[in-house]
Amino acid sequence: MALTGKAFKFGDDISTDHIAPGRYFHLRSNLPELAKHVLEDADESFASSISDGDFVVAGRNFGLGSSREHAPAIIKLAGAGAVIAKSFARIFFRNAINVGLPVLICDTDQINAGDELDIDLEAGTIKNKTNGQELSFSPLPETMVDILDDGGLVAHIRKHGGIKIE
Amino acid sequence: MGKTIAEKIISEHAGCDVKAGEIVVADVDICLAQDGTGPLAVRQIEKLGIDKLANPERSVFFLDHSAPASRKELANDHAFLREFAKKTGARLSDVGMGICHVVINEQYVNPGEILIGADSHTCSGGALCAFATGLGSTDVAVGMALGKTWFRVPETYKIYITGEFPVGVFAKDLILHLIGLIGADGATYKALEFCGPTIENMSMDSRFTISNMAVECGAKAGLIASDEITKAYLEKMGRALKWRPICADPDAEYERVIEIDVSRIEPTVSFPHTVDNTRKIGEAVGTVIDQAFFGTCTNSRLEDWEVVARIIKGKKIAPGIRFIAVPGSKLIEKQVIDLGYYRILAEFGAMFLPPGCGPCVGVHGGIPADGERSLTTMNRNFKGRMGNPNSEIYLASPATLAATVIEGVIADPRKYAKELTSTSFPSIVNTEVLKQAAVTAVDSLERVAFETAKKLGPKFKETSAVVEKKAKKVIKKYEPHAKKAAGELEKTLRILARDASKAIKDVLSGKKSEDAPVEIKKTTKKPAVKKKAIKKKATVKKAVKKKAVKKTAKKKVSPTASKKRRS
Repeated sequence: MALTGKAFKFGDDISTDHIAPGRYFHLRSNLPELAKHVLEDADESFASSISDGDFVVAGRNFGLGSSREHAPAIIKLAGAGAVIAKSFARIFFRNAINVGLPVLICDTDQINAGDELDIDLEAGTIKNKTNGQELSFSPLPETMVDILDDGGLVAHIRKHGGIKIE
Repeated sequence: MGKTIAEKIISEHAGCDVKAGEIVVADVDICLAQDGTGPLAVRQIEKLGIDKLANPERSVFFLDHSAPASRKELANDHAFLREFAKKTGARLSDVGMGICHVVINEQYVNPGEILIGADSHTCSGGALCAFATGLGSTDVAVGMALGKTWFRVPETYKIYITGEFPVGVFAKDLILHLIGLIGADGATYKALEFCGPTIENMSMDSRFTISNMAVECGAKAGLIASDEITKAYLEKMGRALKWRPICADPDAEYERVIEIDVSRIEPTVSFPHTVDNTRKIGEAVGTVIDQAFFGTCTNSRLEDWEVVARIIKGKKIAPGIRFIAVPGSKLIEKQVIDLGYYRILAEFGAMFLPPGCGPCVGVHGGIPADGERSLTTMNRNFKGRMGNPNSEIYLASPATLAATVIEGVIADPRKYAKELTSTSFPSIVNTEVLKQAAVTAVDSLERVAFETAKKLGPKFKETSAVVEKKAKKVIKKYEPHAKKAAGELEKTLRILARDASKAIKDVLSGKKSEDAPVEIKKTTKKPAVKKKAIKKKATVKKAVKKKAVKKTAKKKVSPTASKKRRS
């Protein structure tokens, strides 16, 4: 699967409070509305400037904090094709796969805000069309690739009648 | 090769021997979700097309994050969860009953179980030696529907804790210190195993504080071995039979070992806006605070209330600071009312919210204004956490919070060593010790009665079954006496404790003031009480033994009991 889009750059330790702020707690059963505030506390203009297929690019420990699955869900809903970071917090990482949002681990220092990227999920490569560099990312565990391919955990279970590795 | 606690528990639930790094499907014992993550979990269960939960009695929904509801949208989410629970038989802990991580451990979690929760602080259950971990709504939905989930078995960091806590330094300072040491992603995907002599002697309330914050350095679980302290807690909560000892094998493999000597730790504060931004209290002292919030799944338990109540008793809140206090559960709320702590806080100038998450989630009940600073016993200080990204959050222990509300600026709790160690305070810790002594006394009495009856058996040429039956009768007969004796013992112990404390005071007043070193109070008091307590216990034992042996002594044995023996 190939993805193409523009990079939106963030720093280290972007928490789920930055992504889905608690003051919008009442919108959790209304994800399209909540998505209008995605990453608001890290970059106020992000939700209004992202186009379909663009990428969230960040530093270390992206998605730390709360287990709210609404965080990856609204990043996906806002149109992001993937999140690329140096590392992810555990629960966010698993939630992203469960909602069908690709999460890629690589050295993001080589990517600047506004860079145009081509990502090949199978080959594990990110081509930075702006500066010509090519980066590779660590492959996901097989269980997670299966879930992602099936379109998230619910679709995976409906398809296989349970968790496939059983 | 031996196993870590995580490997042991996951192996039991996967039905095969597992090692760190493997991916397995394991049964889950308990699933929880709250009002923020529950509605999505329910929608995912519905999407799975499943209308029967695998284990409804142990699938629990908590209405705690916005409780009572602060907006109509959230009231509707609450109604949605109530309806689902009713339909499926899932358990519901309604608004005002308390925080999921406090209540689940009070009422459900047992050693060796797997708990998955749609809330990151589910790891609190590790204090009871359960493999307890936070997951998202969809994972918990699958757990509730199928009774299982998949895990990557985590590698373990052994966190070996030694030394005695200095007065004014607590479990919260220890865990903040550790997170500062290894960083907010220092243990991502790992299990932490807290052990060593300091943990072995630590109360359950403090253990919960430590396990609760494991996730703040990225860990999947924060495990503590199941021991006598775990056992006593479960007994208190009515689940004595659920206890079993669990610890890591001596030759278990650890990815990393971190040793901390708590006697060298100072009160610690996390500065905005990350938990690992920790500093020693000295760097924080004098920072003006607008709002203090005492509560949350980290520090809202009885022991925390005692610390705060001790420090502020008889004092007045500093002008200009707002002080919000929230007990962690209905049970704790009742206990702090009974013990008089609630009144101490009220008279000091605190305001109360019902048991629940309070202002920790930024939904209601104390959102700070632009530019304000909050000092709290929470576990997170991310930007916007309390509902306003233009405010700052400082994290600290309940003791540091108490010192701060007295002064209006961040203050060093070690100044209040006298209050923290006073023996005249209605302390839950003391009460627990007394109760434990009473329980032990009842046990000994029962054993004496049983043994005596057994000895009497051959005399009557009876079979062992009959002897046992008789012994049970004797026990039944003597139970009220034993309980009464235990009650008397408790009373006596209280009097002794009071006398001892008075005696110490007298001694100290001879030395002019009460500012004498704390150690004197401690060491003088403890042996005095213990010695006399043992003496007393022995006397009671003897008395009962006499009663049981002298079966014909009508004066001492009730007529019905004698009649039964003669028949």
